[in-house]
Amino acid sequence: MNGDLDFEKPITEIEKRIKELRNFAKGKRIDFTKEIGELERKARQLKKEVFSSLTAWQRTQLARHLKRPTTLDYIGMLFEDFIELHGDRSFGDDRALIGGLAKLDGEGIVVIGHQKGKDTRENIARNFGMAHPEGYRKALRLMKFAQKFSKPVICFIDTPGAYPGLEAEERGQFEAIARNLRDMSQVYTPIIVIVIGEGGSGGALGIGIGDKILMMENAVYFVCTPEACSAILWRDSAKADVAAEASWITAPALFKLGIIDEIVPEPSGGAHRDPGLAAQELKKAVLKNLGLIKNINKDELLQMRYEKFRKMGVFTEEIETTESRKL
Amino acid sequence: MAWFKKPQYATIKGPKPLEIPPGLWTRCDGCHQLIYNKELAANLKVCPKCKYHFRLSAFEWLNLLLEEGTYKEYDARIKPADPLGFVDSKKYTDRLKEDQEKTKLLEAVVTGEGLIGPFRTCIGAMDFSFRGGSMGSVVGEKITRLIEKAIQKKNPLVIISTSGGARMQEGVLSLMQMAKTSAAIGRLNKASLPYISILTNPTTGGVAASFASLGDIIISEPQAVIGFAGARVIEQTIRQKLPLHFQKSEFLLQHGFIDMIVERRNIKETIIKILEIIS
Repeated sequence: MNGDLDFEKPITEIEKRIKELRNFAKGKRIDFTKEIGELERKARQLKKEVFSSLTAWQRTQLARHLKRPTTLDYIGMLFEDFIELHGDRSFGDDRALIGGLAKLDGEGIVVIGHQKGKDTRENIARNFGMAHPEGYRKALRLMKFAQKFSKPVICFIDTPGAYPGLEAEERGQFEAIARNLRDMSQVYTPIIVIVIGEGGSGGALGIGIGDKILMMENAVYFVCTPEACSAILWRDSAKADVAAEASWITAPALFKLGIIDEIVPEPSGGAHRDPGLAAQELKKAVLKNLGLIKNINKDELLQMRYEKFRKMGVFTEEIETTESRKL
Repeated sequence: MAWFKKPQYATIKGPKPLEIPPGLWTRCDGCHQLIYNKELAANLKVCPKCKYHFRLSAFEWLNLLLEEGTYKEYDARIKPADPLGFVDSKKYTDRLKEDQEKTKLLEAVVTGEGLIGPFRTCIGAMDFSFRGGSMGSVVGEKITRLIEKAIQKKNPLVIISTSGGARMQEGVLSLMQMAKTSAAIGRLNKASLPYISILTNPTTGGVAASFASLGDIIISEPQAVIGFAGARVIEQTIRQKLPLHFQKSEFLLQHGFIDMIVERRNIKETIIKILEIIS
């Protein structure tokens, strides 16, 4: 497999040998069952060893894997009748942040997500999943559309960050993100957010306000890419692995901090090794969480959403003489 | 082969750079001329020659805008914690301690209420000298409480922003402060209370992309850097030179993201005039 990560290579190597043996055995009267069985056992063992102790940096690499399922892949596997809608009605259409209508088990929904490419050509067309202001404005337009027709919103987060470019600044990247943060907190329809790959800072959060925040097991969510963090704080861009570990960017770490509500398990070896299975798990989690919130009345929903983010933050506060820790 | 090697002469050092005795002269960051400190202070820390606006501390801002003796501080006892146990080349807790000693502040924002002219106002001022005005849990919490106080007391809200962005040492918790503060502004809007946002040099990253750009009226000081991404990052990404006034207030005014550029000496008067009209 192309684009394999270093720690994946031994697994891929064994899987390749299993495939070769199978092909070789075909049409010949030699029985390789025992050898294949042995190799399969070895592959499982190896996967377990490698994937039960992934570092934050290895997870970052998995989250960015070229073969990892993207928003459009999940849309195809989770929903039916997807109709893409384009444009922010003011400047243009952003191909890095897409959206549209679909059905989830027969029920209408609005779906929004960052879109990365699978190869260089696609990635250039999709701007590597880095949205411009018009992307965030399109997303907000679709959320207001969902509100108008009382449809839930599902957001897929997968971006290194909002695009840092001249035109993005000219068109008010910061304003577009800020407006989404404010207005998403007021959109009175259920919103489920899923970090499927990379959750890059404000660019992720710009479609990341919701009632339930889910995260794929190997996804990462950060305030600043490990590379940038290492360059700024360690003054050495080679310390990305250290920065990743220190910054608590993985799903288990963020669950512990109370930032996310649920971790969606991935197939052994990561979502890209069995996208169908990954999608199955995700669909289960989406249906379950949607069931929890879809019948809550709108005032209560907005109150709960407000409180959800309101309580995020860790600090100490002295009240007269006693010191108490607040979370 | 260096046939025509440049001969080495004894190097003569130029005149030593003038030492600026602390407290007497300041070299302007804008025009590089020397300014007499008394003159600078009298001019509200604006260079009398080129109008470069030096940074003000949070309390200098409060003194500038509020009527004497009317200020009451909110949430003065909230202190930063170290939720991630973050250590880079130094411990986060040590960095915090250093900045607390240097600035005599507990965190990068001061909040409270006071009178601006006749108007009782909920006011917050950020301080760039504390961790570059970065927003972590405490800044997010204090700003949110300030907004909630404004709603509760039906007061107008004024926030003077300056920030390099989100506090990296608190990870995603810092990012979520953008969500928290912006949601609170959403509630302020519902209550139809005015929010005047004052942007000072620099206001970038997570603070620019949250409460700072959500003012009903957004005022910026001249020549302030305002934007989402850092200019250096953008230059590296797009590999081209950026225009002269890129991300300066003048650039933002031209592109429609701020209401006006107001010199420091006129900001208080402008706030009062606006509040007179809309309240």
